[in-house]
Amino acid sequence: MSATIDAPRTPASGSAPRKRRTNWEKWGWIYMRVSGVLLVILIFGHLFVNLVEGDGIKAVDWAFVAGKWASPFWRIWDGLMLWLALIHGGNGMRTLVNDYAHNVTVNKLLKWGILLAVAILIVLGTYTVTAFDPCPTDPTLSFCK
Amino acid sequence: MHCSIRSHNQGGLFVSSQTIEAPKPKLSRRGGTLYRGREGMWSWVLHRITGVAIFFFLLVHILDSVVLNISPDAYNAVIGTYKNPLLGLGESALVAAIVFHALNGLRIIAVDIWTWATRNQRLLFWIVVVLWVVLMAGFLPVHLHNVFTEPKH
Repeated sequence: MSATIDAPRTPASGSAPRKRRTNWEKWGWIYMRVSGVLLVILIFGHLFVNLVEGDGIKAVDWAFVAGKWASPFWRIWDGLMLWLALIHGGNGMRTLVNDYAHNVTVNKLLKWGILLAVAILIVLGTYTVTAFDPCPTDPTLSFCK
Repeated sequence: MHCSIRSHNQGGLFVSSQTIEAPKPKLSRRGGTLYRGREGMWSWVLHRITGVAIFFFLLVHILDSVVLNISPDAYNAVIGTYKNPLLGLGESALVAAIVFHALNGLRIIAVDIWTWATRNQRLLFWIVVVLWVVLMAGFLPVHLHNVFTEPKH
């Protein structure tokens, strides 16, 4: 015995082709992985130069940072780390809030808090790494000429 | 547990009914499911805990860097607190968290895009643990030496 099944009356995506919206969750998923790989390189390098090489944490002071930021290489390195890590961390925190904060008001409040913290720190951090002046006190330092 | 399946022909002239045994879940292993209480779950839990810890440190770490533009003395005072033994131990914990989060993150990416890694995610978790131990064994002596002794020059 064979049965004939009628075609569904309603096409799956409506009569007109549905307008495709940007899938932000997909791009968030991709961002976590791409930024994650870059951050492994950037942060492992940061930890090696600041905590392992030389005298490690004992050698880190204003002059140490001035020495690094005398070259644009480390400014770009640190700036990239700042942007990638804050957005990666902020998106991770958003995931946790969505998983655990079931109250709609609390959920929204926490996510606005995360967005605000990330935005403010990106502005402050970008200002710090770009406006930093290695020669405010002693213009005779070798790299200040 | 039983479940019954009935089949009808279209006119309803013929009805047969049979009962089949539902498969019994195997409970040979304590907590014995594929995910719960196993490597997959614990790597997920650790990834979240280390992620949150790193995020909050990142907030503080950017704020202390902002002091760089206030004055050299102010920055040296702030970064000086990073050099006391207690925070030195805190940095060890932070690096431990970062190294785990980094290695396990790479494992997650591998599991997502590579069939072999999906099948062997459990093995990969233990590789992450071994690499974490190796890297920490390299880092801790150097860092703790720097924290607990005076610099040479």
